[in-house]
Amino acid sequence: MARIDLDLAHSYKPNPKEDDDYALLPLKMSFRDGGAYALLGPSGCGKTTMLNIMSGLLVPSKGTVLFDGVDATHTTPQQRNIAQVFQFPVIYDTMTVAENLAFPLKNRKVPADQIKARVAQIAEMLEMSHQLDQRAAGLSADQKQKISLGRGLVRADVSAVLFDEPLTVIDPHLKWQLRRKLKQIHHELKLTLIYVTHDQVEALTFAEEVVVMTRGRAVQVGSAEALFERPAHTFVGHFIGSPGMNFLPVSQAGDSWQVARHPIPAPVGRTLPAGDLRLGVRPEYVTLAEAGGGGALPVVVKQVQDIGTYLMLTAAIDGCVIKARLPLEASAPNVGDTVWLRVVGEHTCFYKDEELVT
Amino acid sequence: MQLTLDRITRQVGASTWLYPMDLAPQPGAVTVLLGATQAGKTSLMRVMAGLDKPSTGQVRVDGHDVTAMGVRERNVAMVYQQFINYPSMTVFDNIASPLKLRREKGIDKTVRALAERLHIEMFLDRLPAALSGGQQQRVALARALAKNAPLMLLDEPLVNLDYKLREELREELAQLFASGDSTVIYATTEPGEALLLGGYTAVLDAGELLQYGPTAEVFHAPKSLRVARAFSDPPMNLIEADAVAQGVQLKAGPSLDIILPASTDLPASASRSLTLGVRAAALRVNPRPGDVALDGHVELAEISGSDTFVHVHTAVGELVAQLTGVHFFDLGAPITLHLAAQQAYVFDAQGKLLVAPQRKT
Repeated sequence: MARIDLDLAHSYKPNPKEDDDYALLPLKMSFRDGGAYALLGPSGCGKTTMLNIMSGLLVPSKGTVLFDGVDATHTTPQQRNIAQVFQFPVIYDTMTVAENLAFPLKNRKVPADQIKARVAQIAEMLEMSHQLDQRAAGLSADQKQKISLGRGLVRADVSAVLFDEPLTVIDPHLKWQLRRKLKQIHHELKLTLIYVTHDQVEALTFAEEVVVMTRGRAVQVGSAEALFERPAHTFVGHFIGSPGMNFLPVSQAGDSWQVARHPIPAPVGRTLPAGDLRLGVRPEYVTLAEAGGGGALPVVVKQVQDIGTYLMLTAAIDGCVIKARLPLEASAPNVGDTVWLRVVGEHTCFYKDEELVT
Repeated sequence: MQLTLDRITRQVGASTWLYPMDLAPQPGAVTVLLGATQAGKTSLMRVMAGLDKPSTGQVRVDGHDVTAMGVRERNVAMVYQQFINYPSMTVFDNIASPLKLRREKGIDKTVRALAERLHIEMFLDRLPAALSGGQQQRVALARALAKNAPLMLLDEPLVNLDYKLREELREELAQLFASGDSTVIYATTEPGEALLLGGYTAVLDAGELLQYGPTAEVFHAPKSLRVARAFSDPPMNLIEADAVAQGVQLKAGPSLDIILPASTDLPASASRSLTLGVRAAALRVNPRPGDVALDGHVELAEISGSDTFVHVHTAVGELVAQLTGVHFFDLGAPITLHLAAQQAYVFDAQGKLLVAPQRKT
């Protein structure tokens, strides 16, 4: 197990000049020994590039990778002692489940009795103990991917296990069970786990800390709660949650705030930084309010949807769209009505140049 | 346009792909075909399009029998899961192709207007291969819309896209459908997608049409356990129970005051066994007066970004509770879930709905 420190940038082009030339913009980041991390972002955000740099498949065009404080920038995955699990099962069909799980240990000349004990332990954790003598060839894709996960986790001395979208081939109904397994295993084995995915459920459920990436930049590293409650960047507000955060233009004007060109009295003791800001509030925290109520705006209702477990209200003010998640018991307004929505409260965030300011 | 399927079936070799069904999708609205893979969604769409002939039964368009008519003789537009475009044509020509085929006037204007609606106007001169997956599917959608067919069929069009793109495109599609007058059939495996599209929903399971009606109505009053299972995500919590004098007694759990319809007051013991259905969102961690408590421990908290789905092991079985926002739970932590009797569904031993939660009207 190891702590990993990155201080680097990567471009696939020879002389990068603009931001767009970088697959990974200059970044500094540390992965704690024994931590569970996820790299989350849409395709093309740089998460796979970052994973490949950590594994040693790719040398960054600038900067260094440290493993436990030692420069490992130019070392191979073997030298770094990294285990990897990919999207699709990488196993030997002709071997049994036990032989597949034992393979990474045999390669490292681990004594036979230790191999046996460790294989039994991992098989137990993955609920595959009853299948140890079966050939992999006859198993379903789910089962094969479980063997892949087991092979990634079987070595106790790895510096880190890297997962690249490992649940892609898993049946949706079985996914939660494997997410639970991975969490339990992390708890018990205390390995450093790094998990790449574009799926927010997977990242937020699995990781203690999620690295949210967009356009080659890591815009926030934080717990699921931090990403939901205090997005550090408007992209995080937008990307986390369905639908994502609402954004409205806001600026301080004397004792009041102009929100979407509507004045509301500033809450006592709160002053916004100067300039044009954006107010961010999640649909979960927007509530119906009395006309003229504190922190509330008059909006025109565009759509009311019964989403089964709640009502989704879509409304507009001054050309901005705002969504509110209302309880089913709420009396639903009609399309075209003007209603008041409370957008300023303890959960409201403020952004300048896309970054959280207060 | 009124599409009517009258007692249609589809038999392929020895296996039945579609069991006898009647369906008349609401004209000019969206009908969602909801079901798991292999439920019969694609088979049904192919019959609607005229790509396949039903083994028995009749397909009518505005009262005319079109059962024997192939897809080319019918006026339908289709969009598939895979991003299907003409690879050697520019985006402009792809969108324009159905218009050119009909030798329409003002093609340039129509293509540009559609491209703008789907936010691909800057790519008109490019080839599809130079676009991202999401953009390629927008081109396929624009071409289908250009056809302006009275019947538009979409077979899981968003399934191969990232969820944020899916969210964005779904919203745009819902607006496009609402502003047009085509009858739209949209297949999906996701209950959440059906609810977001609204309109009407036909629930399919293993080749059978189980229920058809306004989407929210089908969701709130599924007429059977099978419909409830197919139309819930996360799965509806199902708890074994018995009918007793004062209501419903959970096996290995508390009892709930629920007034059952009179027909279940039969003395036969078989008819006394019930299934209680509870949607994940109806289970809460904060009790309200009159709630029934269920103790357990946390198996896993799955976080979707907007909600936390807590899997809980209890005496009455595994339950999933949906909590708004992000909440953290230790694996194995004790937890008590609370449930209001009026938010529960009750199904009889045959899986027929007896009681649905009370709704505000």
